[in-house]
Amino acid sequence: MVETALFIVLSVVTVITAILVIVQRNPVASAIYLIITFFCLAGIYLLLHAQFIAIIQVLVYAGAIMVLFLFVIMLLNLEKERKLVARHRLQKVLGVFLGIILLAQIGLIFNSVLLEGTKGKFPPEQVAILGNTEVVARLLFTDFLLPFEITSILLLVAIIGAIVLAKRQI
Amino acid sequence: MISLSSYLILSAVLFTVGVVGFLLRRNIIVIFMSVELMLNAANLAFIAFSRFLHSVDGQIFVLFVMAVAAAEAAVGLAIIMAVYRTKETVNADEMNLMKW
Repeated sequence: MVETALFIVLSVVTVITAILVIVQRNPVASAIYLIITFFCLAGIYLLLHAQFIAIIQVLVYAGAIMVLFLFVIMLLNLEKERKLVARHRLQKVLGVFLGIILLAQIGLIFNSVLLEGTKGKFPPEQVAILGNTEVVARLLFTDFLLPFEITSILLLVAIIGAIVLAKRQI
Repeated sequence: MISLSSYLILSAVLFTVGVVGFLLRRNIIVIFMSVELMLNAANLAFIAFSRFLHSVDGQIFVLFVMAVAAAEAAVGLAIIMAVYRTKETVNADEMNLMKW
């Protein structure tokens, strides 16, 4: 009962703040609403018993990535961009219309396919005994070791790329 | 117990909000935030499936998606900075040249 109530509250807040992100004029306000969205999603991950991912969501998304966004917004002088609105009314109407069509299509797909499959090796009871973080870590460093190492290379490339792009002169 | 479809509906709505934001807004930073919203919607679907299909693979995939999102944010914001330095704008409509 509590779970359902929490889910409803969290999902309503998530959707409302997500909509506020895209309708706000001020990018700083958009970023703040996006942080609230990420926090609510972390709560939903907790409801799904993915504790490790929930913490990482708060640390990486709400922490690191959004701080990066806020820093860039503050470094750029956006005062004269404040009144930046979509000039074409047709574009606005068409965008919302296409969004509704996309939502309907996703709904149709969810309705038509069977949302079942062969069950994996980790039923929730067993994960609860072992501990979510331990199960994730064990898989990450055994079955998914190669993708994990490639991720580290990707991050290195991103660091170098960001420095090269943002620097005035190399 | 909340059903799988309610999580998937939430994920679909979030994704659609991201797409609409991407189409409507002209400020490139807000367009970037819309991309992050879409990535999060995909993450939510991954974790919901991982829970209901009794597999942890979905959660590991979410970890990789987050790493890619972090890299993308760093490089993308650096590009925005570089563009702003030369063109003095964050309007996506005015960024129509690869070289200037």
